[in-house]
Amino acid sequence: MLGYIDKIREISKRLLDEGRVDMIIGFRKGTILMMNEPCFVKNSGELSTLVWDSNCGINLANYLTDRKEKIGIVAKGCDSRNIVTHIIENKIKREKLVIIGVPCKGMLDKRKVAGMFENGIDDIREDDNVVRVKSRGVETSLNKSDVLQENCALCIHRNPVIYDELAGPLVEEKKDVDRYADVRRIEAMTAQEKWEYFKDLISPCIRCYACRNACPLCYCPTCFVDESRPQWCGKSQDEIDTRTFHFLRAYHCAGRCTDCGACERACPVGIKVRQFTSKLNKDCLDMFGWEAGVSPDERPPLDTFKPGDPGDFIK
Amino acid sequence: MGVEPGRLSFSWISSAESTKFVNVVKDVTATVKALGPNNNFKKAAKVA
Repeated sequence: MLGYIDKIREISKRLLDEGRVDMIIGFRKGTILMMNEPCFVKNSGELSTLVWDSNCGINLANYLTDRKEKIGIVAKGCDSRNIVTHIIENKIKREKLVIIGVPCKGMLDKRKVAGMFENGIDDIREDDNVVRVKSRGVETSLNKSDVLQENCALCIHRNPVIYDELAGPLVEEKKDVDRYADVRRIEAMTAQEKWEYFKDLISPCIRCYACRNACPLCYCPTCFVDESRPQWCGKSQDEIDTRTFHFLRAYHCAGRCTDCGACERACPVGIKVRQFTSKLNKDCLDMFGWEAGVSPDERPPLDTFKPGDPGDFIK
Repeated sequence: MGVEPGRLSFSWISSAESTKFVNVVKDVTATVKALGPNNNFKKAAKVA
């Protein structure tokens, strides 16, 4: 996966030099370890800043919303599905995009890795399957598959679903992954237990809205939590306000969420935000056979009617 | 997510189906009354 970068730079250079795009959206090294940041490269001289490794978990589709330029964008499987969602929702035009597809083998769970080294991490290097972490001069090797983000470990769309150029050979998709074990565990609880479970889950929430800001689906000009007339949701850290925010944010993603994990990655206090959206993803799959962002030619279930749609909940 | 079953209802009623509307409303009010007040979504009183 590390070898992709030369190819990404080569494609980007060609696109910029030929004038096919005004800029490339990709990743550059972050100022902190394991935190690569998005960057916009507008001339081919700056292409050396682009990087690619297992710390590119941010969803770049988030930076496409309503853009007017011609854009080359680096896209892993989940990013590409969000680009499809953006196209379906008229947030970007397909003609404006040159998609540089990156077959992905999963991103590191930075919180998990950091949690393993209480003395802090001095340096981190990786090759295809192994991550080498240096902490106080001691080097430890970790199996990459043990420290993947949860959504990456469960991912069944690692290859981009839509692309114009490819940065590397397509990888084999994982089969027989039990994506929804966690959801089933919660479904089995009683209403009261669920209430308590989610109460505990969101109790550390500081309402910074990082999950919302990192999410490519959250592009409303004014979010319902920022609205003050009427004020749908209190701005305090009151438990009910926080719960209202998380409930509604999740439902706004119903049938649209690609499980890219950007929300969970962005959360500064480590709330498993995906616990909300995973249930909706599972329902969409069970009821409508729908996975978000897989094809630009299909309308999402909440925007179409089919005679076979389940209607048992209607009295 | 822990909202009690019965607290939330959905129905599909045409503007011509006034009797169905009345029945559904009666039904819903009866179920919700039986469940009692929704304390889950009530903010705790502020202590000064």
